[in-house]
This record gives sequence, structure tokens and C-alpha cells, in this order.
Amino acid sequence: MNRKEIFHEFSKSKIGLAGIGILGMLFALSVIAVITIPVDTFKEWNDPSSWINYPKTSQPAWINYFSSEKIPEHKILTNPQTSSQTTGEISIISQYYVIDYSYDGFPSDFIFEYSAQYSGAPLLKMLVTRPDGLKIDLMSRSLPQSDSFIYSEQIFSTDDSVKKNLRKNSNNFVFPIDLLSAEDVVFSETGQNKILKGKYVFQVNFYNVDSIVDIKSSKLILGGKVYGIIGTDELRRDLAVGLLWGTPLALFIGIAVAIGSVVIGLIYGVYAGYKGKKTDEALMRFNDVIYALPALPLLIILAVTIGNSIFLIVGFLVIFGWVGVAKVSRSMAIQIKTLQYIESAKIMGQKDIKIIFKHILPQLLPYTFASIAISVPAAITTEAGLSFLGLGDPTFPTWGQILHDANSFGAAARGLWWWILPPGIMIAITGLAFVFIGSAMDKIANPRLKR
Amino acid sequence: MATLLVTIALVGSNMDAILKQSVTFEVRQQVTDNKQLVASFASPDELDSFITAQIEQRIKVLGLDEPWYSPPRLGLTMYKILLLDFGHATFLTSDSGSSDVKDILLEKLPRTILLFTTATIIVSLIGIFLGALSASKINSKIDRLTSTFAIISSSFPVWWIGMLMIFAFAFVYQIFPARATPLIPVTDPGYVVALLYHMTLPLISLVLIGFGAWAYLVRNFMIGVLQEDFITAKQAIGIPEKKILYRHALKNAAPPIVTVLALSLSGSLGGAIITEAVFDWPGMGRLYFEAINVLDLPVIIGATYVLTAFFLGSIFLADILYAYFDPRVRTG
Repeated sequence: MNRKEIFHEFSKSKIGLAGIGILGMLFALSVIAVITIPVDTFKEWNDPSSWINYPKTSQPAWINYFSSEKIPEHKILTNPQTSSQTTGEISIISQYYVIDYSYDGFPSDFIFEYSAQYSGAPLLKMLVTRPDGLKIDLMSRSLPQSDSFIYSEQIFSTDDSVKKNLRKNSNNFVFPIDLLSAEDVVFSETGQNKILKGKYVFQVNFYNVDSIVDIKSSKLILGGKVYGIIGTDELRRDLAVGLLWGTPLALFIGIAVAIGSVVIGLIYGVYAGYKGKKTDEALMRFNDVIYALPALPLLIILAVTIGNSIFLIVGFLVIFGWVGVAKVSRSMAIQIKTLQYIESAKIMGQKDIKIIFKHILPQLLPYTFASIAISVPAAITTEAGLSFLGLGDPTFPTWGQILHDANSFGAAARGLWWWILPPGIMIAITGLAFVFIGSAMDKIANPRLKR
Repeated sequence: MATLLVTIALVGSNMDAILKQSVTFEVRQQVTDNKQLVASFASPDELDSFITAQIEQRIKVLGLDEPWYSPPRLGLTMYKILLLDFGHATFLTSDSGSSDVKDILLEKLPRTILLFTTATIIVSLIGIFLGALSASKINSKIDRLTSTFAIISSSFPVWWIGMLMIFAFAFVYQIFPARATPLIPVTDPGYVVALLYHMTLPLISLVLIGFGAWAYLVRNFMIGVLQEDFITAKQAIGIPEKKILYRHALKNAAPPIVTVLALSLSGSLGGAIITEAVFDWPGMGRLYFEAINVLDLPVIIGATYVLTAFFLGSIFLADILYAYFDPRVRTG
């Protein structure tokens, strides 16, 4: 069977095409991940400080389309309108953050984060204009004396001075606000403690004498309970980032392991089958020994004692993966080597290596592709299992590790479905794609299965 | 045997280091506890040299001065393991407080066997029935459903289904407990009932994920058998279809099915590690996982040994059963 026929047969199989389609999508996802999310971001996955701006265990944002009550979305506002004016010696830089707040709940908090370069000791003033026209001073403080250093700071809504400033407004509210948190007051109606929807403008002014404050970066974070496409986990990490980056990793692990073990198994098996006699016996006994090793316990011991870098794990998986392929390809080689063209090649004095690589292996090509495709899902699930036990490569978190974290934070029993479902579904989809391709290839390789 | 060698090779050097440390600690403690002995030394240096000498002596007695791969030590280790003498666990204890590895293993093993053997038996019963049914009606709805279910369920990891099960039945509908370890003490008469109740959720997950693949396997074996001439002959005689299917065809498809059954039984013990970790089931798998986390080497070696023994035992059993069902392989 030549390449064209295989291709033709394959294109007739619906399941095979579906598999190719899914695989194509996964590859597209990997490319998107690699392009849009820099590797550096991903490497900070296990560094809690880089996720501080994200909300904790928040549901995906699209949940709002399905619920009548709009859960506040986590918002990170980075592009304020900036205006500056100078009157005499005093310069003012103002930043305006406009939020159209239309959710049915209070935000969980708000944080203003900035870094600025200045000389002298400027004054920072933060105030909010509410939809009902009420202006509330939130904070005014002077920044530490500096001589053109870059100063960065985060102002939290839980800050004491914010609370103090709010208390000055207590006569505007008919209910006592002393015990309420800042966001529950700022976003509340004056008549009762209910959410006030509409346009809020957060204004931050920097006053300075003689020189202008140079704001390098600033953002206002409005803490919500839903975020992004997939939501976040207990450690405030954006799960979409993890899932997206998990795709190329899973594909790499799966395909590398499959190709590695199938190629090794194929050559080993064909060599044993072709040589026969004592070589065959010895090679197959060794094969049996490996076959009798329980894979998962040994994988765990290997990962614990030798190391758990992603390449090592691929290697470990190959150690246990090639055995079955070797057995099957040996029996195939035994059949093929009795064919006349092999015999004639032998009589003509062709070298063994050449016969194996030129005359026997090409015959096994359809089987090779089928078994590569079929062994991918097993590799991916085994790696996911290892990661799930906490033995994966910590520098490259995979889907299994997301699930490991989910399990160690008891996500299942706490009902954090968005933490559990997506990684598993991704694992299953990836597995399915290869199973589809594999079974389509298998039908080509073993015509007897057709019926 | 090979597994044991590999395991020992992998953990041997670590184990020696830990053993040496514990010997050092023990000797130091013993000497300092003995006030009279301490008082009889003139200077701290003298005491130190005494302790060092004691430690060296102790290490020599235990044979730790030779590396783990020296033939006498390796032989001794293997010999001890063969006699099921795994020594004492470094950190872990059994529920009754014993630190003897044998006690721990004997306590955990029945629970794993209880859960996974029950699951495998249920799975294989459903699988054989469903597989035979779909083999008799190829391309019917049942057949297609079984095949689709088999492919889909085989690409989900069992432990992930387990997490979903916990989510569904312990959080959304609070029917079963999320953790599979009963809270009441082992001695309580209600313990067995509680254990069975806690077992339900893992059992459901294992069955759910397992029977599809089984049915598919049985179906493929059965299709081969159903094409044989003797089945056609029996149909021609007029033996009821059901009797042919379940008595004659199934018996002929039995050898490969039994082989797979034996292998999956022992395989389930290995796969139990992750499943038990998810459900917190107090069996071998979780013991293994805990032992690895704290690097409790005697327990790791013991558990590996038991797992391997089961694995090899079931391969052996499968061979014997194969010969029983298929007399053709008896001579050869």
C-alpha cells in the first residue's frame, strides 16, 4: 500500500477526519498560546505575587449570561484619561477611570496601583464621583520625599485612611456606614444599603510643586467575583492562561512519547523478529521483563528519585511504552521475512540493516502511524496522572497540575466546577482526537477490522 | 524480581543515607541518656570520639559500611523481602499504631482488594453482558452506543471522573461523603457499614469509566467467535439464539477475556494509586502515595513488592486459566 492509497483511504473515514479536525484546532490553540501569552508569564504560574491583581476563586465571566443576577466582573482598568494643568508653581496631573457599573452585587474590593517618578513630595488625592452626583473623598496623602526615584504603591480599599475619609460622609447615608467595608459604601445607594448602578468616575490627582509627576504606570482594579473565560483559582491564577499553555505541553508530551516509544519498539521488534533464534529469544525475554514491571508505581519512584523535568518524564514514559509495539512488530516481521522478496534480497547479499530499514519497516508504516496515534492518549493521561500526584515538572505546569492544585484545595467538594471541568475536558478532547485518528489508521493497517 | 532490583537500585542509596542518620541519632541519644557513662568521660572531645566509635561499630554490625549494591547486602535484602520481612516504616504507621511494614500492608491491602475487585467484577459482568449483546446485533443502536461510549470513556482519566463524582454527589446533591475514609474508629461495629457506604462513590466512578472499554473488548472477541462455522451449525439445528450466545459463543471467547480480566485486576491495583488519592480511600494506593511523599522507603519497597507479586501472580493465573479454557495451548 503506498502513501497515496493510505491518504485516500484516510480521507474516506469520517472519524479520522474528525480527529484531524480536533487536532488542528488544538494546534491552532497552541500557536495562539505561544504567540499571545509570553513564556515568562507562564513561568510565573507558581509565583503567587505575579497574580496578585487577579480575583480569588472567581467563576468564568460568561456565567452572567445564564443567571438573572449579574455577578460583578473583575475589572482591571489600565487606560485612564489623563489631564494635566499647571497654575503657577503647582502642577496637577489627574487620571480618570470611568466605570459603568451595572452588576447586581458589590465589588469585593478596589485597588489603585501606580508607579511614579517625581522629585519633591507630591500630594495624592483620590476621589470618586458617583452616578447620583455625590463626590466622596477616598484618600489624600503625601508621597515620601524623593529625588526622581520611581515610587510604586498599591492603595487598597481596606486602607484605614479610606475608611476615615468615608466616615466624613456618614451624614449622606441614612444607614450607619461605620461597620461597612469601603466598597459597600462607595457603591451603595444613600437610602438603603443596596447597589447603586450607573457611571462611577474614580479620579486620582497628583499635586506637586515645581515639577511634574511622571506616572509610569497605573491601574485601578475593581475586585469582582467573575473573571475571564475560565475564571481563576484559589491562588488568583487565571486558569485560561494555564489551560492555553497546557495545550502545547500536552501535545508535546503525548507526541514525543508516542513517537519515541513506537520507533524504539518497532526497530527492536523487527530486529528480533528478523534475526530470529537466540537473538530473538534473548531480546524477547528482556521485553518480557519490562512488560512485567508495574508501570505507574515505578514511574512514581523514578520521578521521585531521579527527577521530574518534563524531558525526563517523557523518557520515563518511553521506557514503559515501547514494549507492546515491540511484541506486535516482531510477529509482523516474522511474517514478512518469509516473503520471497526478502529472501532474494538476502541471497543477493544485502546487509541485514538495509533489509530491515528498506524492505521490512516500510511495510509496517500504516501500523506505525496507527500505533503512534493510539499511544498518544495513554501518554497524556499518564503524565496527567503523575502531575496530579504532584510529581510533574513544576516549571511547566500542565493540565494535570491544575487538577492537582484543584484537588489539594478540595475544589470538587467545594463546588468549584470551573477549576475541575476544563482541564479534564481538554485532556479528554486531546485523547479523543488521537483515538479517532488512530482507529481510522488502524482500519487501514488491519483491513480485517472493517467488516 | 526485576522490579524489586530496579526499586532497590533506585532507592538504595537514599535508604542507606537515612539508615545511617538514624543510627547516628540513636547512638547519640543512648549515650547522652546514660548519665553515668557521660560523667565518666573527662572531656567533651573524649565523649565525642567514643560516640563516633560506637556509631562506626553499629554501622559495621548493620553492614552499612558497604554500599547497597555489594552482593552480600543485596542478597540479604532480597532474602528478607522474600520472607516478607520489610522492616519498620520510618514515618508511617498503621491505624492501630504499628510501624511494622507488614502490619501496615496487611491492614491496607484488604481495603484495596475490596474496592477494586468489586469494581472489576461489576465492570466485567456488565461488560461481558453488554459486549455479547452488541456483538449479536452488530451495527444496531446498542452496538453503536457501546462503541461510542467505550471510545469516549477510555479517554477520560478515572481520577478526573472521580473528582466530577465528588462534585456531583458530595457538593450538588449531598448524598455521599467526599472523603472515603470513615470517621468512626476501626473497632466500632458499624465500621464495615460505614466503609461500604463510603465506598459507593469510588465504586460508581470506577464502574462508569470501566465497563465501556470492557464491552467493546468483549464485543470484538465475540464477533470473531460468532463468525465460526460451529455457531452457524448450532443456529441451523435450532438452538435458541440466547443459548448460543451466552453458553457456546461466550465459552469460546473466554480465553482472551479471562486473560484481560486477570491483567486488569492486577492493573487496577497499580492504577489505584491515583484513584485512592482522589477519594482518600485508605488502601494500598494511598499508602503508596503517602510513603512516596515522605520517602518512607521500607513502605515503598514493601508496597512495590506486593503490587508486583499480585501482577506476576495474575499473569500466571491468566496463563493457567487460558490453558483450562483453550486446551490447544496445553501442549507446547
